[in-house]
Amino acid sequence: MLAESLFFSAVLFMIGVVGVLTRRNAIIVFMCVELMLNAVNLTFVAFAQVYGVAGQVFVFFVMTVAAAEAAVGLAIIIALFRHKQTVDLSNINILKG
Amino acid sequence: MVHNELPLFYVFHFYLFGVIAIASALAFVTRRSPVAAVLWLVNTMFSLAAMYVLLDAHFIGVIQVLVYAGAIMVVFLFVIMLLNLGHASEINDARGLGWKLAAGLVGLALLAQVFALTRAQVPEKLALPENTVANQVAAQGAIAPIAGPLFNQYLLAFEVTSVLLLAAVVGAVVLGKRRESAHAR
Amino acid sequence: MLLQEAVTAGAHPLSGTAASYLWLLPLLPLLGFVLNGLLSLIPAYHAGPADPQASHDDHAGAPEPMHTLDETGGGGHGDDHHEIKRHRYAGLVSIIGPGVLIAAFGLALAIFAAMRGVGEMHTPFVQRYFTWMPVGDLYIDAAFQLDQLSMIMVLIITGVGALIHLFSVGYMQDDPGYPRYFAYLNLFVFFMLVLVLGSSYPILFIGWEGVGLCSYLLIGYWFSEKANADAGKKAFIVNRIGDFGFLIAMFLLFSNIGRLDFVGVNAAASQLQFGGVVVTAICLFFFLGCAGKSAQIPLYVWLPDAMAGPTPVSALIHAATMVTAGVYLIARSNVLFSMAPAAGLTVVLVGALTAVFAASIGLKQWDIKKVLAYSTVSQLGYMFVGVGSGAYVAGMFHLMTHAFFKALLFLGSGSVIYAMHAAYHATHKHDDAQDMRNMGGLKAYMPTTWMLMWAATLAIAGVPPFSGFFSKDEILGSLYLRAGHSTLADAHWLGIPGSAIMYFAYVLGLAAAFMTAVYMTRMMIYTFHGPNRTGEVERGHLREAPWIMTGPLVVLGVLSVFGGWFNLPALIPVGKVGVLEHWLEPVVGAGALRVTGGAPVEASHGTEVVLIIVAVVIALAGIALAFARLKPATLVPAAQAPAEHGFEKVLADKYYVDELYDAGIVEPVVGVSRGLLWRGVDNGVIDRLTRLLFQSKDDDAAVGAVPMGGWASRAVGYLGSQLQSGRVGTYAWVLVVGVLFVLGAFSFK
Repeated sequence: MLAESLFFSAVLFMIGVVGVLTRRNAIIVFMCVELMLNAVNLTFVAFAQVYGVAGQVFVFFVMTVAAAEAAVGLAIIIALFRHKQTVDLSNINILKG
Repeated sequence: MVHNELPLFYVFHFYLFGVIAIASALAFVTRRSPVAAVLWLVNTMFSLAAMYVLLDAHFIGVIQVLVYAGAIMVVFLFVIMLLNLGHASEINDARGLGWKLAAGLVGLALLAQVFALTRAQVPEKLALPENTVANQVAAQGAIAPIAGPLFNQYLLAFEVTSVLLLAAVVGAVVLGKRRESAHAR
Repeated sequence: MLLQEAVTAGAHPLSGTAASYLWLLPLLPLLGFVLNGLLSLIPAYHAGPADPQASHDDHAGAPEPMHTLDETGGGGHGDDHHEIKRHRYAGLVSIIGPGVLIAAFGLALAIFAAMRGVGEMHTPFVQRYFTWMPVGDLYIDAAFQLDQLSMIMVLIITGVGALIHLFSVGYMQDDPGYPRYFAYLNLFVFFMLVLVLGSSYPILFIGWEGVGLCSYLLIGYWFSEKANADAGKKAFIVNRIGDFGFLIAMFLLFSNIGRLDFVGVNAAASQLQFGGVVVTAICLFFFLGCAGKSAQIPLYVWLPDAMAGPTPVSALIHAATMVTAGVYLIARSNVLFSMAPAAGLTVVLVGALTAVFAASIGLKQWDIKKVLAYSTVSQLGYMFVGVGSGAYVAGMFHLMTHAFFKALLFLGSGSVIYAMHAAYHATHKHDDAQDMRNMGGLKAYMPTTWMLMWAATLAIAGVPPFSGFFSKDEILGSLYLRAGHSTLADAHWLGIPGSAIMYFAYVLGLAAAFMTAVYMTRMMIYTFHGPNRTGEVERGHLREAPWIMTGPLVVLGVLSVFGGWFNLPALIPVGKVGVLEHWLEPVVGAGALRVTGGAPVEASHGTEVVLIIVAVVIALAGIALAFARLKPATLVPAAQAPAEHGFEKVLADKYYVDELYDAGIVEPVVGVSRGLLWRGVDNGVIDRLTRLLFQSKDDDAAVGAVPMGGWASRAVGYLGSQLQSGRVGTYAWVLVVGVLFVLGAFSFK
C-alpha cells in the first residue's frame, strides 16, 4: 500500500498548498499548514510499514512540533487580532520595506 | 499476518478512507465559515487516523485522534470562538480568480513533481521483510515498537522536544497576554 | 581522550613512562600565556595624580607612562615626581610566569630521566594526537616527536628560559605592562617547544612562525616609541622572507618524496639522487629559512635592531633559543643535508662569512647590547659552519654552550643597564644608559656581575677550560678535518673545489675567533675597568642588582664554566668523553657518517694538539691585544664623544647594509606602491571606470572616491525592495515557487 499512500499524501499536500496561496483568513491558512503536516505524516507512516518503525517515531515528533507550533502561532494571531481587529492577511503588511 | 489473510479488507477500506480524506480536505479549503472549515479538517484527520491503523500504525492512529483532532483542532476552535470569527465573512475570503488559477497551476506543478519523485528508487536492502511492523505490534503490543527506539536511539530528540514544548508554552502565554495589564503596572 | 600512542609498530620503550606526558610540556607555558594574558586585559594600572600622563603635556601620545629601561632614543619620563607604580597583579604574574616554566623544566627533567633509564633508543618516540591535514595523498598528523635531539633543545629552552623568567621578575618589576610581558614570554616558550617537539615539518613551521610572531610582539613591547615598533616590524618582515624559503622547501619535499614527517622523510630520503638538483634545492631553501630566522647573511639585519626590546627578551629569544631554531632545523634534517654537499658548502661559507662580518662590526659598536647582538650573529655563523660541514654534534654543542654564556652576557648587561638606569633616574639625566662610553669602572660597584661576565667572556673567546673553548674548538677542528676528507671536500661549489672553500672557512673562523676575543674584551674593559664616566652624582647610585636578577646569573655562570664537560674531546679526558656525541648519535650519526664517507674521520694526535694550541693562542692573543691597545681612560661620555672617521666609521655604521637595503629594495617597493599602484591604477583607472559606469547626474563627483548610487545599484535595489512587501501572501508565493524549483532539480535528476 505504499504507492497508494504516497498518492493520497501528495494530493492532500497539494490541497494544503493551494489553500495557503488562496485563502486570506489567517486561521484558515494556518489550518492548511496543519493539513500539509498531516499529509507528510501519512507519507512517513506508509514508509514505516516497509522500512521500519523509525518512520512512526518521526511522526510522533512531527505531531509534537505541530502542537507547539499551533499554540504559538495561534497566540500570535490573537495578538495580531488585538492590534488590527482583523485576521485578513492582505491587511497585514507592517513589515513592508 | 492479518494483511495476508484479509488483503481485500485492507485495500478497500484504505481507498475508502483515502477518498473521504481528500473530499474532506477539498471541502475544508473551500468553506467560507471558519467553523465549518475546522470541522471538515477534523473529518480529514479522522480518516487519516483510520488510514494509519490500516498501515499498522495503531499507536499513531490513536495519537492522531487524541492530539491532532482532539487537542490541536480544539485549540483552533477556541481561538475562532474567542475572536468571534465563527460567522461566514461577508466579503469573499478567497482571493480573486486570477490568484485561484495561478494557485491551481502551481498546485498541479507541485503534484507532478511529487509524482515524479515517487518514482525514485530506495535501495532494496533497506526494506524489511513483509509485515515486520505488524508482527512487532502483534508480539509486543501497539506501543512497545515505538517506545523502544524513542527512548533508546532517539532519547536526545525526545528530551529536546520537551524543552521545545516548554518554550512553546512560555511563548504562547507571553504572546497571548493582554497588553493592558502590562501598562497598568 | 585524544592521546594515541606511538605510530611505530609496537610500543616504544618510552611509552608509559614520564614521556607520555610530552603533550603537557608545551601546554604549561600556554596555560601561563592564557592566565597572564587574561590578567593583562584587566585594566589594573590607575594613573596616580603625580603620573606624567595625568598632569604633564610633554607626553602626548604615550598610552602608558613608560619607564622604559631599554630604549635607544630617549626615555618616556623626564619629569621630577612620578612614583613608580607596580601593576596590581604583578605578584600573581610573578608566580604564574616563571612558575609554569619551572614546572615545565621539572617535567623535562623527568622525561630526560626516563630517556636515560631506557638506555639506547634508536627510534624516536612519536605521540600522535589527531590527524591534522588529510588531503589527498598528504597525511599530516598533529604529533610530537621525542628523541635525543629534541630532548636537548627542550632542556635548554625550559632551563635557560626559566632562569630568564626569574631574571625578568626583577628587571621588569616596575613596568606597567608586566602581565603582558610575561604572557608574550610564555607564549614564546610554547611556540618554541612546539618547534622542537614537532614530528613533521609543518608542525615545526607552526612553531617557527609562532616564535617569529612572539619576537615581533616582544621587540615592539614598548611600542609607543616608533623606533621600537619599527624594529619589531623589520624583524617580522625579514623573517618572512626566510619563511618563504622554508615553504618552498616543504613543497619540494612533498612533491618529490611525498612525506613531510621526519620519520618518513628520513626513511625515504635515500630515494633522492645524492647531490642532485632536487635535494640540493630543498636544502638551500631550508637554509634560506635559517638565514632569516637565525640571522645569517643576507637576512641578519633584524637582529641588531631587535635590541630595542627588553634585555631579557634579547637574552631568551635572540641569543639562546629562537635564533638557534635554524641550527636545530639543519640538525634535524641532517639526512637531507648530508646528501647535498653543495648545499653544505654553501652553509659553511655563509656561516663563516657571517661570523667574520658580524665580528668586525662588533669591534666598533658603542651600545653594549649591539655588541652582544653582533656577537650572536657571529656565533650563529659558527654553529652553521658546524652543522653545514656535517659536524652536527659540534654545532649543537656550540648551540648549548652559546645559550649558556650568551644568556649570561645579555642578562649581565641587563643588570648593568638596570643599574645605569637607576643612577640616571635618581638624577634625571637623559644620557643613554646602554652606551659603553657612559659606563666604566663598574667593577667596583657590581663585583658579582663583573666576575660572571668575565666568565662568559672567557667562554665566548674560547679560553680553556671554559665551555666555549670546547665547543668552538670542536667546530673548527671538525671543519679542518672534513676539509681534508669528506663528501663536501670532494664536491665543488660554483667550480671551486670544496676543500678550498672549507680551508678558507677555517681561516675565516680563526679570524672571527680573534675578533671575538678582541671585541668582547673591549666590551669588558670599557664597561667594568678604567675610570667611571657615569657622572659624579650618578655613580653613587650604582649598585648590584637584586638577588632575583643575580641568582640566575650565577647559575648560568656555573654552566658557562663547566658546560664544556658535556662533550669533552678524547684528548682531554678530565671526565667522561664525548657524552653529547654519544647521546645524539642515534639522531645525527647516520648523516654525519655519510658526510665523512662512511667512517668517522679521526685526526692524528699531533694534528689535534696543534689545532687546539692554535685556537687557544688566537683567543689569548685577542685578549692581550685588547688590553694593550685600548685605553679606557681616553674615553669620554657618549654625549661628548667625537664622531668616527674612516674605516672605523664604516664599521660603526655597519657597512651601510641597512642603507643599501633601504635604497635597493624598500624605496623601490614603496615607490611602486605609491606611484604606480595607488595613483596610477587605483585612482586613475578604477575610479574613472566606476565613475563612468555608475555615476548619475545627481551625484557630486568626489575626486578619488568611488561614487555611490547610480542607475545600476538603484535598479537592483528597486527589484529587491519589491520582494520585501511585508505581505504574507507574497511570501507564501515566493516560498512555494522556491520549493518548485528545488523539487524540479530533484525530479529532473
